[in-house]
Amino acid sequence: MINNWKNYVYAFVITVGIFVTAFYLGNYFGDRKIDELRATESRIALDILSAETQFALLGELSCPEAQNSVLSRELDSLGEKLDYSEEKFGADNPEVLELKKQYSLLEIKDYMLIKKLKDCPKQPITILYFYADDCPDCEKIGHVLTYLREQYPELRIYSFNYNLDLSALKTLASIHNVREKFPVLVIKNKLHTGFKTIDEMRALLPELNTATSTSATPND
Amino acid sequence: MDQLSNLTLYVTFFFALYFEVFMLINFFEKRISIQTEEARTPEVFPSVTIIVPVFNEERTVTKTVFSLLKLDYPKDRLKIIIVDDGSTDSTPAIIRRFRVHRRVEIIRKPNGGKYTALNAGLAITNTDLVGCLDADSFAPPDTLKKIIPYFENEKTMAVTPAIKIHRPDGFIRHVQSNEYNLGIFMKKCFSIIGAITVTPGPFSIFRKEVFDSLGLFHEAHNTEDLEIAMRMQKNRYKIANAHTAVVYTTGPATLPKLYRQRVRWIYGFLANTIDYRSIFFKRKYGHLGLFTLPAAIASIILFFISAGMILWNIFVMVEKKITEIQSVGLRFHWPDFQFDWFFLNTDSKTFLSVVLFAATVSLIMYGRKISEKKTRLSVHTLYFPFVYTLFSILWLSRATYAVTFSKKIGWR
Repeated sequence: MINNWKNYVYAFVITVGIFVTAFYLGNYFGDRKIDELRATESRIALDILSAETQFALLGELSCPEAQNSVLSRELDSLGEKLDYSEEKFGADNPEVLELKKQYSLLEIKDYMLIKKLKDCPKQPITILYFYADDCPDCEKIGHVLTYLREQYPELRIYSFNYNLDLSALKTLASIHNVREKFPVLVIKNKLHTGFKTIDEMRALLPELNTATSTSATPND
Repeated sequence: MDQLSNLTLYVTFFFALYFEVFMLINFFEKRISIQTEEARTPEVFPSVTIIVPVFNEERTVTKTVFSLLKLDYPKDRLKIIIVDDGSTDSTPAIIRRFRVHRRVEIIRKPNGGKYTALNAGLAITNTDLVGCLDADSFAPPDTLKKIIPYFENEKTMAVTPAIKIHRPDGFIRHVQSNEYNLGIFMKKCFSIIGAITVTPGPFSIFRKEVFDSLGLFHEAHNTEDLEIAMRMQKNRYKIANAHTAVVYTTGPATLPKLYRQRVRWIYGFLANTIDYRSIFFKRKYGHLGLFTLPAAIASIILFFISAGMILWNIFVMVEKKITEIQSVGLRFHWPDFQFDWFFLNTDSKTFLSVVLFAATVSLIMYGRKISEKKTRLSVHTLYFPFVYTLFSILWLSRATYAVTFSKKIGWR
């Protein structure tokens, strides 16, 4: 009496087809994003290498030149994209993990370059920020740091996931005596642990208030 | 949690897409014969009785009865029975005016519920066909003529119309208007695969012999129009759908009223489905027993799980926002937004949602196209899937709760 049973099969084939296409597109764009991150990282690596080479050649650079070669802004945007990718692809995705390690290395290198600019007039203010997985206070202080970075463009925050298996990072942490209590901030070589409000942060960094503040004037 | 949430979402997507694709395939396979159906005109005019059950319907009953009197059908072949189910307002006085029409008969009985009113009308019906028209609905003149040709097939025992919201005004009625258009398409597909489970109160027409051999209307959890269709399915009676035979209904104007109506419908559907559970997974009931009824139950379960997941995700989002407010205070500020495709959500779920959304919108537009030959996309159709999903959480939860704990659901 009923002869259209085959439509179940057709419907199944079409639905599977739609799913395969959707998965293919999802993967395709995911790969493109990873590629973009990778390209950005190698570009930054190249720029940092170039800056280091300039240092090595000249012994010392003139301040403006050196400041131009440092790419913290681009590192920031790369960091945001990595955070987003961690959320989307999962923090244990091997490709994201690898990009994250490379990003941490680039941060350390950038930080070292900045340190060499000690005597320049417009010296950036740096914060090393160590966080860990499963740390509620880290999430909170993350918001504070994001806020400060938006408000004070001259502030350079280097954030590191302590749980990342990277020997250079372990060395950096041990130089600053970072231990198992997170979040940890290193400001002017001093260790600060636990959550800090915006006002507490401002108190730790008095030079912020004198510097050109307000987010309305981007000065880079 | 994330893995589980992803898995449920994919299962739900697959299920919903499969269902819509299946319906579209069946529809397109039959589109030629659907077009032939549309061109038919009645060759014979069987005698018809339309029963109008009324209970405190003083504001709408006149329009309903007038629409029946104006039906384009031989006058001596159409009879109208108005059954006043013990109205306490001015309804009796209003319907008395129709006594001047020889075709109109009026019965007054003590209040006993809609199904008793219908049965009182059936008791004095002696025509070939019998139908019912709720007093909140009315039929354009050509509706009956479009239904009659379907009875040329001797196996067809009942024909359902295409129900639409009359001139939707306001948000709640626009939502229903889209829902009814989606329903028109779905009903057509269900009729193609022989799986109609409701012969709605507004203008479903039956062969009188249905009631002679299967018995009268039952109370049936306040959804007698659902029960009779299931009873017919159980006895493998054919129910057809006349998708061009438009009937207009008004539809509740406010969310609370709509909510009460939907809770009653879904409760009725679930309770009647439980009563007729013997239809499930039996080959002799065809697509109804093997696919559409089990699919309806499965979709309710999946809907709850997915809705739970969505609510959980919203909860997590709110919690994150609260953490942010706790740490930096409430800041209304727009970050210097620069478009970067990187932050566009391009995972497979996004593509599946787009396909599902497009499929749903096209089903609604098809419903509109086959019933009124209009294809313009309305803005209300675009937000309908989202709004309707949210609303459905309300009445599905309430009705499921009532069925699970055997709570009675009233009429109004």
